[in-house]
Amino acid sequence: MRSEKSNRAPLGLKVAAAAGLAFMHVPILLIFLYAFTTEEKSYQFPPPDLTTQWFAVAWDRPDVWAALTLSVKVASIATAVALVLGTLCAAAVSQTRFFGRETISLLVILPIALPGIITGIALRSAFSMADIPFSFWTIVLGHATFCIVVVYNNAVARFRRISGSLIEASMDLGADGFQTFRYVILPNIGTALLAGGMLAFALSFDEVIVTTFTAGQQSTLPIWMLEELIRPRQRPVTNVVAMIVVVVTFLPILGAYYLTRDGDQIAGAGK
Amino acid sequence: MTTAVLFDNVSRYFGAVHAVDRVNLDIAEGEFFAMLGPSGSGKTTCLRLMAGFEQPTGGHIEIFGETAEGVPPYRRSVNTVFQDYALFPHLSILDNVAYGLMVKGGAREERRKAAEDALAMVKLPGYGTRRPGQLSGGQRQRVALARALVNKPKVLLLDEPLGALDLKLREQMQEELKSLQKSLGITFVFVTHDQGEALSMADRIAVFNEGRIQQLGRPEEVYNQPKTRFVADFVGSSNVLSTKLCQRLGLKAAFASLRPEAIALAAPSNGALSLAGTIAGQSFLGATNRVFVDVDGARIAVASPAAHAVPPIGSPVTISFAARDLHPMEDA
Amino acid sequence: MTVVAESIILPERRGTAGRLSDFFWRHPHVLLAVLLGPPLLWLGVVYLGSLFALLLQSFFSIDDFSGLINYEFTLATYRQLLSEANLDIIIRTISMAAAVTLVSALIAFPIAYYAARYARGKWKVLFYLGVMLPLWSSYLVKIYAWKLILAKEGILTWFFERLNLLWLLDAWLSLPVVGGNSLSVSYTGTFIVFVYVWMPFMILPIQAALERVPSNLIEASSDLGGTPAQTFRYVLFPLALPGIVAGSIFTFSLTLGDYIIPQIIGSSRLFIGQAVYAQQGTAGNIPLAAAFTVVPIVIMGLYLWMAKRMGAFDAL
Repeated sequence: MRSEKSNRAPLGLKVAAAAGLAFMHVPILLIFLYAFTTEEKSYQFPPPDLTTQWFAVAWDRPDVWAALTLSVKVASIATAVALVLGTLCAAAVSQTRFFGRETISLLVILPIALPGIITGIALRSAFSMADIPFSFWTIVLGHATFCIVVVYNNAVARFRRISGSLIEASMDLGADGFQTFRYVILPNIGTALLAGGMLAFALSFDEVIVTTFTAGQQSTLPIWMLEELIRPRQRPVTNVVAMIVVVVTFLPILGAYYLTRDGDQIAGAGK
Repeated sequence: MTTAVLFDNVSRYFGAVHAVDRVNLDIAEGEFFAMLGPSGSGKTTCLRLMAGFEQPTGGHIEIFGETAEGVPPYRRSVNTVFQDYALFPHLSILDNVAYGLMVKGGAREERRKAAEDALAMVKLPGYGTRRPGQLSGGQRQRVALARALVNKPKVLLLDEPLGALDLKLREQMQEELKSLQKSLGITFVFVTHDQGEALSMADRIAVFNEGRIQQLGRPEEVYNQPKTRFVADFVGSSNVLSTKLCQRLGLKAAFASLRPEAIALAAPSNGALSLAGTIAGQSFLGATNRVFVDVDGARIAVASPAAHAVPPIGSPVTISFAARDLHPMEDA
Repeated sequence: MTVVAESIILPERRGTAGRLSDFFWRHPHVLLAVLLGPPLLWLGVVYLGSLFALLLQSFFSIDDFSGLINYEFTLATYRQLLSEANLDIIIRTISMAAAVTLVSALIAFPIAYYAARYARGKWKVLFYLGVMLPLWSSYLVKIYAWKLILAKEGILTWFFERLNLLWLLDAWLSLPVVGGNSLSVSYTGTFIVFVYVWMPFMILPIQAALERVPSNLIEASSDLGGTPAQTFRYVLFPLALPGIVAGSIFTFSLTLGDYIIPQIIGSSRLFIGQAVYAQQGTAGNIPLAAAFTVVPIVIMGLYLWMAKRMGAFDAL
């Protein structure tokens, strides 16, 4: 039977797909293992013994807490800015017709389409030309720039699914522009915005390349990790922090998936 | 009689496209008015001009004597039943129906009562807690109707309201819409591309083509006396007799229309006109046979009762018809 | 006849919101400007402005004695960019990006093909999340994981030891170019990490392209006597190609500009990203750093132009 034959995958394909997925996941799983190793001085495998003591050590580290707090603050504010700007942009592009709409989409995607180092160095030299000292806000400015696209992609996809006549129906029934936004548009794009916001948060929380150019002396969590990667000093603490970062970024991704699963996919290209 | 909607030389251009081109309309209060035409003929744009979704490029629109240009849709006592119903997917049926009252600031209890009454009127009592996604197409159509009518509009606009329903449901809804309109006394303006629907429901019909009204009149007038070849073709496919045939029949007009049902495949009786030709083809349509007769190179369609035998192709035949069924036309 | 008591047109809305709403309705262009203004100001002025300012600096030069920027239009910096040592960096980076893209496509294709054609229901969700989670998980953590794996005392050495294949690893490391002291300071290591970090970006575009291939096309091909290999060669591959090209935009662009991976896992020889970083940082030569950034921009511009001609944007 042809249909039966075409519905069963050839063995070679199965093996190749499984091997590819294993290649993607095994290294991340190793992070979880290493968080419990008793070995301090090297990356020895297999770990000589397992312990949970490093979680307590990491917990008592003020530098880790400071970096984590800064990262959460930056990510929260960058996400808020990206939510406003991305939604405005998506509304303009999908609800109205105007000359140069395509250019807007390109402009929004540019900060992630170009290598991060270009965005980073461009912002850095602009700051120095305008005599703006590095601060919390210079980090936020850089992050918000590339977070806009994630919110925009999610919002545009959802706007496309709202039939144009819904907005006309609302106006027809006596709702003015603000009422229509509050009672019709917002409830329909709400989950997409939440998903976009979560992805933007994850993106900002993890960003390192642009941040190295816009942070000055401050350390976000990724900057803290980068320093550990270049000059390892406290391997066990780094192991624990790496594991926590994996868990913290997984949650918004899963959340965003469940919010958008029927219909539009998470813009995977958004990173 | 009060005029509900008045179009005075109204045009709507989209760039080079003349969607609506110098249209004059006069819809009376309480009338069931149909705008009939193929897609892209301008009928839907006219409806959107009445609702306020479009603004005229030129001309003047009045609704119950008041200027409508520059008035946003949310400030007009005009409501629309959309082609895709446009029910709010995130709201329950009851909240959908009560939406208009809610945004106008009606009290919660009042809103609920009015919405429930409206649902009962469209024969969907007790459906209030469901979601639009849980209803069938016909039910959604009724909800859309209730949602518009609960606002007590002065004019109800219906955009191809029955287009998405299957044949049986469509016939049933036609009847219901008609009786609803008669009992409420509200002016209904509806857009359709289905000539049967327009003929059976409307008090008057405007036939649209290429942004202009080709003919405006009662269903019998539009059907029996098409003024242009477009109307003759679009509304029930009349035969259009050429100048040559008109002359042979002793008619002054340049062109004339003749409906297939008005023609008999028989020798003329008292006072009837006749033409000689040959049978060119036929097809069986159920109650009738459609027979094509070749008269001097012109092909004339005849609706012949199915019980009558049709002579074989190529046989000579005489067709006859009464002079009063021949209607002079403006152009062809 | 009924007498119309109240007006057919409702009164003007009172309050600021009502008036503003009426105003926007009458002047949709003002509304558009209000919507587009903030994002355009941010992206168009702040971001694009910085980008142009940077590119402009590539036409200045640096004074060799004072180390200050000489604000006079010159092509000297570009002449410097095309010196042998710098060309070496550019060629090395482009070769790496090409190799990473090719191998990423090879690994990604079976996953995308299985997910698009055979995975159904629960498995489809699992595949999707199985791609999304590594794609979105922390970039630095991913690099860190490979530092653990590639370390001399790490899992890979242990694995080869268990299989009694250590001689093979040593033989590979003694090769020129791809070899080195250990995997974590060799091109091989850099290459593996690049593939690992950027390959997931290849899967979703290929899957999207394959999902648009109707399955009856494959049946039609085998019905017409095509062997599976011929079906792949003449039906599946050409139809999946826009997806592969779309995915390669990411793998290629991201490899081209990266400076952290080769810094942490790799030899001391530089890639474009590192050169930019070094020029703007320690060397303080902003004009040369700016000229270096022009290289990936030009390459990606050409790449995007070709991709667009192949219809790859529909697969994004």
